[in-house]
Amino acid sequence: MSRDAILGAIRRGLKRGPLPADQRAMLDGRLASHPRHLIPARSRLPRPEQVALFIRNVEKEFGTVERVPDLAAVPAALADYLAAQNLPAAFPMAPHPELLGIPWDSRPLLQPEPRRAQGTDQVSLQHGFAGIAETGTLMLPSAPERPTTLNLLADTAVVLLRASRIHGAYEEAWDALRAEHRDARTGGHMPRNVMFVTGPSRSADIEQTLELGAHGPRRLHILLLDDDPAALPPAA
Amino acid sequence: MQITSPAFKQNAARALEDAGLQKALGTAKGAFLQRRAAAVANLPEFERLRDIGRDIKNHTLANLDHYLETFAANVEKAGGQVHWCSTADEARDAVLAICRRAGARTVTKGKSMISEELGINRHLERHGIQPVETDLGEYILQLRDEPPSHIIAPAFHLNREDWEADFRRMHTDLPKDRVFAERRDILAEARTRLRERFLAADVGITGANFLIAETGSSVIVTNEGNGDLTQTLPRIHIALASIEKVVPTLEDCTSLLRLLARSATGQDFSVYTTFSTGSRRPGDLDGPEEYHVVLVDNGRSNMIGTEFQEMLRCIRCAACMNHCPVYGAVGGHAYGWVYPGPMGSVLTPSLVGVEKTGNLPNASTFCGRCESVCPVKIPLPGMMRHWREREFERHLTPGAARWGLGLWAFFARRPGLYRLATRAAIGALGLLGKWSLGGKGAFRSLPLAGNWTKGRDLPVPEPGGTFMARYAAGQRRR
Ligand code: SF4
Repeated sequence: MSRDAILGAIRRGLKRGPLPADQRAMLDGRLASHPRHLIPARSRLPRPEQVALFIRNVEKEFGTVERVPDLAAVPAALADYLAAQNLPAAFPMAPHPELLGIPWDSRPLLQPEPRRAQGTDQVSLQHGFAGIAETGTLMLPSAPERPTTLNLLADTAVVLLRASRIHGAYEEAWDALRAEHRDARTGGHMPRNVMFVTGPSRSADIEQTLELGAHGPRRLHILLLDDDPAALPPAA
Repeated sequence: MQITSPAFKQNAARALEDAGLQKALGTAKGAFLQRRAAAVANLPEFERLRDIGRDIKNHTLANLDHYLETFAANVEKAGGQVHWCSTADEARDAVLAICRRAGARTVTKGKSMISEELGINRHLERHGIQPVETDLGEYILQLRDEPPSHIIAPAFHLNREDWEADFRRMHTDLPKDRVFAERRDILAEARTRLRERFLAADVGITGANFLIAETGSSVIVTNEGNGDLTQTLPRIHIALASIEKVVPTLEDCTSLLRLLARSATGQDFSVYTTFSTGSRRPGDLDGPEEYHVVLVDNGRSNMIGTEFQEMLRCIRCAACMNHCPVYGAVGGHAYGWVYPGPMGSVLTPSLVGVEKTGNLPNASTFCGRCESVCPVKIPLPGMMRHWREREFERHLTPGAARWGLGLWAFFARRPGLYRLATRAAIGALGLLGKWSLGGKGAFRSLPLAGNWTKGRDLPVPEPGGTFMARYAAGQRRR
């Protein structure tokens, strides 16, 4: 068996047999405690500044952010955005309770369809699980209520994210996932797919020059729900 | 892929005469370097992260058997399958068997260097299955039937005119007089072209930047989103990965990710970093129904316990080739196999045998820049020297030392290379001088050395002043 051949060759190289039980237990202990390494200081900030850093980094990576005060304000914000970009008012939307609970009737022209995305969709609305200020990154774990295709297929990807879900570093977002997600199959915290998304798709393959608009979305627009009083920008 | 590494000198000579290639290398020069420098300057902890990255990889390699077994068990728990493959043949057959069982006709592919190493495309084609490369750079290389010349920017050797010409040649159903005013017009045409391929494919094959033991995940890092479409849309996802890609935990992976994009393209983070774990879960509206990891050894386990073990830390960021004056002068194809640049000069002999690649470790000015930028601190110049020593000891290539100096001289005669190398060259020549002491004193035959070290026994530079400065001074003195 190749499995045994490979493991055997590794052990020969390491000049030892299979690890003794106590050493295996030590390694399993490291896996179970998954210690963090150095976390860069750049995201160690008071809440309002952390959220501001997130927004700055999203914009640096060519994404756009619009702050909305509450869920009731989402339909108007989205309708205006779509109209301004000349985009259709019908779009697939993550069948997430939070999105389903939005009072869409307030803008009757909008037609959100709770489903996965198809190749022909021009706009999609995804539910954001977490944001990471360090690099302006969205964390989008798959679930029946958060289909992966909504991150990928539409030309314009819109994501609703609560400001309270913005973390400083990736490690904190992992901890949120570890705490909140139970996978039905493994009993662990990893869903089938976790995407970290930082800005719209691009390619540097033609003469090493970054150009937007490769195979994924050409635009990434984040509706940032200001649900965190501690994270609000200082009153102007 | 046919190995032409022994012909490096001839390949390099041809590359230096190739006007199109030289133009592409000239255009590319500096783009990645400047972006990397800016990204690194923006993260004061970068140097400490390099130590951490090295340590994580060293810890993993010291316990590789355990982490691979843990990884495999967790893949299976998540409803996936692991195919352990000792050789390239086994890996090709494993991929083919999965595709056949699925009745696959077309297979989309994300960028994967291990796929190039294994020659997956040829194997599938030979058995009536059509592979479709979807990374923009790989796509045009497939149209041109060429191998990649760079590990993260496969079409590094091409100019914009080449893209336009190939698209016109191959996309014959589109209007002949269409205009490519901007690079993004080329991008848009490829996007439209490939969209239907993504949707029609039966199997999607990706590589993996990391495997995670804790969760049984494979990780891909891309900017285009093609890798994600490849692994999300078809019914079956195959992740091809070599054994050294495994790391213990999500936290370990996260620390390495902080190094990867900055070292590669100079981005703080790539656009898409995606963790795939098993097959579609009950209730999921998308995602593959089957998830396979083809886990490939193909020579790596033999490197463990040797002086080349540290090469297995490599995270394939390409910083070493981006900063290499030799790569910058001759491009990737001259290296004659899948992996070019300094990392290739060390890895290729390990994987295909030094008797097939003997000259490769000499394709260096020993300027030391590769080691100084490597995010996991691989001592690349030291390893190249190990290969030269081994080669010498084994007498695989009679006159190996002379050969090496001949190659060095070949580059030394082209001072442009040395302008790139600047100060670092001093250290490099110091090393070369030391090395040549054991090499029968052939140093005297270097045409360049004679010019600027008249009257000295050994041309080992003194500290202070760059090579070019000393070279120029020597020229003036004549
Ligand atoms: S050897 Fe180091 S610098 Fe070169 S590709 Fe590997 S990790 Fe990057």
